[in-house]
Amino acid sequence: MDSIISVQKIYKTFGKTQALSEVSFEAERGKVLGLLGPNGAGKTTLIRILTTLLSPDKGKAIVAGYDVAKEAQKLRSVIGLAGQYAAVDETLTGRENLEMFARLYHLGRKESRNRASAILKEMSLEEAGNRPVKTYSGGMRRRLDVGASLIFEPQVLFLDEPTTGLDPRARNDLWRFIHSLVEKGTSVVLTTQYLEEADALADRIVLLDKGKVITQGTSRELKRELGGNMVEIEPKDWQESKKIADLLKNKFNQDVRIKDSHQLITFPAPNGPADLRDALNILEESDIELLHISLTQPTLDEVFLSFTEKETKND
Amino acid sequence: MTDFTNGLSDILVITQRNLIRYRRLPQLVIFSTVQPIMFLLLFNYVFGGAIQQTGTGNYINFLLPGLIIQSVLFGGIQASVGISTDMSSGIVDRLRSLPISRVAFISGRVLADTIRNLFVVLIMIGVGFLIGFRFEAGIVNAFIAVVLAVSFGFAFSWISVAIGLFVKNPEAAQPAGFIWIFPLVFASSVFVPVQTMPEWLQVFARNQPVTKITQAVRSFTAGGSHDALIPVLIWMSVITVLFMGLSVWLYRRSQ
Repeated sequence: MDSIISVQKIYKTFGKTQALSEVSFEAERGKVLGLLGPNGAGKTTLIRILTTLLSPDKGKAIVAGYDVAKEAQKLRSVIGLAGQYAAVDETLTGRENLEMFARLYHLGRKESRNRASAILKEMSLEEAGNRPVKTYSGGMRRRLDVGASLIFEPQVLFLDEPTTGLDPRARNDLWRFIHSLVEKGTSVVLTTQYLEEADALADRIVLLDKGKVITQGTSRELKRELGGNMVEIEPKDWQESKKIADLLKNKFNQDVRIKDSHQLITFPAPNGPADLRDALNILEESDIELLHISLTQPTLDEVFLSFTEKETKND
Repeated sequence: MTDFTNGLSDILVITQRNLIRYRRLPQLVIFSTVQPIMFLLLFNYVFGGAIQQTGTGNYINFLLPGLIIQSVLFGGIQASVGISTDMSSGIVDRLRSLPISRVAFISGRVLADTIRNLFVVLIMIGVGFLIGFRFEAGIVNAFIAVVLAVSFGFAFSWISVAIGLFVKNPEAAQPAGFIWIFPLVFASSVFVPVQTMPEWLQVFARNQPVTKITQAVRSFTAGGSHDALIPVLIWMSVITVLFMGLSVWLYRRSQ
């Protein structure tokens, strides 16, 4: 793997709190790495270490070929960071903010102006560009913030919970934008609490909880690790759900579940399509009409809950 | 560009950011201008008559240099609140993740405050002129007096920056930034001659930096011996070096 980030056994404590403990992972160049975990999992601490804002107590991290501890200043000129809260100056206009950051990357006056204009355009903030940021909506601020982190075309972009507090439309816009960046070759590391987001964006996911890496892999791998396929059945007449479940239990002799809240019947299908066909045949023989039947994979939510539960039991 | 010119440019960019803020939030400048003018008028007309009898000569000529010093000190302490506000927002994180000089953020603030102080001082001199103040030692000395006063504000700004970085919380920075300045300003020769104070207080009042700078500035506005100049330069250098160092250390340490 062509690694853009290599994290080796990082430890960090704040007072008595062990924020990170033996965290190791690699991120591939030109891909999106998702750091997924609940509040307090250590995601932000990790981002702060990788962006030189914090130094690790122990361990080593290389980003874009630079050691975060020893070559911090060099590293800073090839990374971009957009934090959890919009790190822009509210009294300045969007354009002034962007020009200021461009100047701080030591671009010339004229070039800074051009970059600021380009970013405003890219972020659909052209009209608002000359208004103070305090008049912006949450989504606009976030776009400006992400735009500011792109002003110098970083090799690696760090996004700490980029879509927190955004409405679905603004979130989708941002997702699309991140995709387009990656297509242009930028490597992205993003943290999120939303499994859906990691699933949609990340090529690879590192699952963190209580400062430790619980598991990592592609979202497909993580799902497989949980146990793979499920069959989902939605009968036409929900009154028949009990009958359907009994029929299926005869054949599959397994954990067939009735989810009243979703009007779904589900069961694990280790044989994939074969199990689906068998289920269809059984229901056909009994003349049961269905609205929907499909072979699905567990959602990352289920992956996440299953792994964190394991952790808790081990404690 | 070399590291040095880059560093300088970083400081100027941050300075510009702070100056834009002053322009866009004029209340920040208006109140720091109105307050010293109010002091000037109140002290001149309310206490002026009484104090004149203690041998200060023309009171406005005695008062204005002192009030200029007071206003550059009061102007500087806004840095405590400003810095701690910035520290508790996300902007400092972004600045730290940029390849910029580590001192740019705080130096830019101090420089912007110094420029604003210069503006306030010039306005005070203008108002002073209207109510009878005159430079009695010539234009060159007048220029030196202004430079001295503003430089003194620059030196003391670093104390405020250190407080802002140390306290971190903007609400706590407000009183913390203010409290130490009162004994310095009032137990000094800013408003009254030191001779009228009790003996024990005179020891402090005669030797502390605010008295020295006030004496030095007066010696350039009204003429007289420049004895206070050397102690003032020493005070300013020591305070600048000490608190600039402390501020840089606090800024680097804060995470």
